[in-house]
Amino acid sequence: MPKPAKKRKAPRSRVSSGHKGLAAHDHRLGAPELRRIAEKIFKLSEADETEVDVSAVTSALTRFANNTIHQNVAEQGITISVRAVVDGRTARASTNKTDEDSLRRVTTAALELAQVQPRNPNLLPLLGPQKLQKVDRFAAKTAAATPADRARAVTQVCQLADRNKQTTAGIFSTGLSEFALANSRGLFEYYEDTRAEFSVTMLEKDSSGWAKATSARVDEIDPLALAERASKKAADSRSPREVPPGQYTAILEPPAVLDLVGFLFYDFAGTCVHDQRSCFTGRMGKKLFGENISIWDDVYHPLQLGAPFDGEGMPRQRVRLVDRGVPVNLVYSRATAKQMKAKPTGHGFSLPTEDGEAPFNLVFSGGNASTEEMIRTTGRGLLITRLWYIREVDPYKKVLTGMTRDGTFLVENGRVAGAVRNFRFNQSIIDMLANVETMGPAVRASGEESFDMVVPAMKVRDFHFTEVTKF
Amino acid sequence: MRSIANFAIEKALARRASYADVRVMDIRHRDISTKNGQVGRMSEGESLGLGIRVITDGAWGFASTDRLTNEGIESCAAEAIAIAKASGMAKRHGVVLAQEQSFVDTWQNPFVKDPFRIPIESQIAVLLRADEEMRKVKGVTLAEGSMSFRRIEQLFVSSIGSAIHQVKMQSGAGIVATSFAGEEIQKRSYPNSFGGQHMLRGYELIEELDLVRHAPRIAEECVALHKAEKCPEGKRTIILDSSQLGLQIHESIGHPIELDRVLGMEANFAGMSFLTLEKLNSLRYGSDIVNVVADARLAHGPGLGTFGYDDEGVPAQCTPIIFNGQFTGYLTNRETAAAIGQPRSNGTMRTESWNRLPIIRMTNISILPGDRKFEDLIADTDDGIYMETNRSWSIDDRRYHFQFSTEIGWEIKNGKRGRMIKTPSYSGITTEFWNSCDAICSRDYWTLWGTPNCGKGQPMQTMGTGHGAAPARFRNVKVGIASSE
Repeated sequence: MPKPAKKRKAPRSRVSSGHKGLAAHDHRLGAPELRRIAEKIFKLSEADETEVDVSAVTSALTRFANNTIHQNVAEQGITISVRAVVDGRTARASTNKTDEDSLRRVTTAALELAQVQPRNPNLLPLLGPQKLQKVDRFAAKTAAATPADRARAVTQVCQLADRNKQTTAGIFSTGLSEFALANSRGLFEYYEDTRAEFSVTMLEKDSSGWAKATSARVDEIDPLALAERASKKAADSRSPREVPPGQYTAILEPPAVLDLVGFLFYDFAGTCVHDQRSCFTGRMGKKLFGENISIWDDVYHPLQLGAPFDGEGMPRQRVRLVDRGVPVNLVYSRATAKQMKAKPTGHGFSLPTEDGEAPFNLVFSGGNASTEEMIRTTGRGLLITRLWYIREVDPYKKVLTGMTRDGTFLVENGRVAGAVRNFRFNQSIIDMLANVETMGPAVRASGEESFDMVVPAMKVRDFHFTEVTKF
Repeated sequence: MRSIANFAIEKALARRASYADVRVMDIRHRDISTKNGQVGRMSEGESLGLGIRVITDGAWGFASTDRLTNEGIESCAAEAIAIAKASGMAKRHGVVLAQEQSFVDTWQNPFVKDPFRIPIESQIAVLLRADEEMRKVKGVTLAEGSMSFRRIEQLFVSSIGSAIHQVKMQSGAGIVATSFAGEEIQKRSYPNSFGGQHMLRGYELIEELDLVRHAPRIAEECVALHKAEKCPEGKRTIILDSSQLGLQIHESIGHPIELDRVLGMEANFAGMSFLTLEKLNSLRYGSDIVNVVADARLAHGPGLGTFGYDDEGVPAQCTPIIFNGQFTGYLTNRETAAAIGQPRSNGTMRTESWNRLPIIRMTNISILPGDRKFEDLIADTDDGIYMETNRSWSIDDRRYHFQFSTEIGWEIKNGKRGRMIKTPSYSGITTEFWNSCDAICSRDYWTLWGTPNCGKGQPMQTMGTGHGAAPARFRNVKVGIASSE
């Protein structure tokens, strides 16, 4: 849980002649201020029940390309979202204006929207106060990062690219988010976290490499080390040759695994199964994946981020979703749980929604194999750094298509035998998770297609690469 | 808005910005969705704020805020300057902008019915009636519908003297029937997948779409797909409906012509482009009948890429992108136009909201109509597949290799539409594909489609783009590869 505001550094004066650039903590509002806004709404509301979400974001992102900073931005904003409940109906209205008139208008708008709707038989009363497990995802150093701090790191990365005769592009972002959920039954929950992200691509004439990391703690991210990894990938993937498509053993680094298995997350929603559009429809309790695959949703995992409560304020539970290859549990909002005769797990979206719920903190079981071991034990296969533009082709077989990107290598006789042109794949994720031969330790992985998860590198047999592109 | 924007410019210039522009944006939205007879999402919202973009010592800075007090704006201007100074730490050369005139103007897209004045209960009723019609068809397991409306009022003010006020009213709606049976999930959408049709129009668009009338047809087709033939594998003649061709244009023409991609500015995320600079005016992009424009003018139609001025104050223009098959133009902004020696931006800088930096985005990227009647095109095809409504799409990060599948297809044999085909797919290399185009239908079959969900940039921005297209035929295209079997 967040530390008391009084222990934090006092906000600096927001305007000064020697302005060096604000850090996220300069805009931090704190729980008392968010509570004050919510209480104003409660006083204005004439609904039977009222729920208020207040979110405040301060974020900055330094973007570089061609070995220079080309875009450099900061944002600061607040959103006040009011949900009115009246006579079995509910609706939501939002604003980013905090003056009295705007708060009155948004409160009235939510009520009027609710009143004109059909009654919702699945609507439940708001929750009362809940007991939450504490999490601490606020890092003072991240909140204190300035434009100059990010620029210094980026300058070092650009200098590395210059030294290696490469071209670099990427981002370095830092920020702070605050979120409060309050309702007229006395529930008040507050969560804040800091986030830092560094992502880098290194380019040569006919090759590229990429690396990325995210964390609540900016000092856990080493931009130069990530840039060096991307640089080596780019150097190693020079002069790619074309090898024919087909079934290969694929050694997928964690970001590649993440961006594939990320497509499973909504399939674990009770609503998705209830709507018969989940790949687990009719398959719960049946062995789908290999014995070595177990999956949890666990917001409390030390490598995860996120609030310990859901869109209605229910405490999030740790849920075992897959046990040794068998899908065993789903996640449920309160309404879905009632419909499906299950217990809510604290994964509901903000209401009203037709989507129900989803697990956003997936944690895969891992193994002990290093990537080097996976390569050493492979007769012929492909080592994949990262995937791109993944889309679902068949939702029940869970066939996905997409491309490899930024470092694709042929493995022959236990060693990397050179770079190859990028492939298109068409692969069932169900089949893939049934064909995992070995895994590395599960790590916090970050890609571009999915939200971050805790997943391992995987060595997968019979991965379907269907076509080759021109680079 | 004007006083806020002027104050922000004044404060940026006082801190020695050599150039500054400000966007004050007031965005209102309404989103409604239904699912299986129930209202799902029901929300309205508003968001007002400003973004300040500055050049200081030859480097860019951008900051945004929704604190529109004097202190909040002054702080935001100071932040933009401080960020620009930080950018200067890794500067290679100073920013150079192509020349542009100043404009003082107002612009608004025409519409007949303000969607925010239409009672919500009647909007919900339309979706629920369509929902009911879909669920009347046995085998439909899920019926969904949605409507969304946006009113975007914005004022652009720049230090070269521009002050441009624009109001854009956007409406969109769509319905989807889904059927789960055996080991298969099938779906059919109307009028397009992934949210339907969206345009810069009022509620009259929703009325013209007539969701209720089309609901039974897509529901029946959805269920029938379970018994349809699988897509064959091999090389075939294909005919794409106009909505699928619109997405094909978006992915394999619209994105690769973005000059920021070509110049490496998006290399870390969205990727680059095969359209390297030497290909301008020399690459044969498509066959002789392929003519594509980037046209943001209202004269092109009320597309999601239509406006009066872009978000750095450049007037809407029509740029030939492909002329008789030849590659002739990129999408540019003032900075990239200058970088390749062009005298002026062609006006494609767009921002999602007040808190985002404008970046090069598609406007309306449209293929110009041909001269064929659709019926004649079918009659003139001996052996092929007609594909309708996108189901999945993917393309590599330089926009060479793509794979698409659609919701439904029909075999064409001896000039007649025959058996239904489930989830047909096709793949290819961009220029090979466009060079295989041998027929495009006429203006009567041309639709300006709206793609409301185009993602680009870091932080990610979602933008609406327009794509005019008519059904077109392509020869010798690889089909049926989208399978892991």
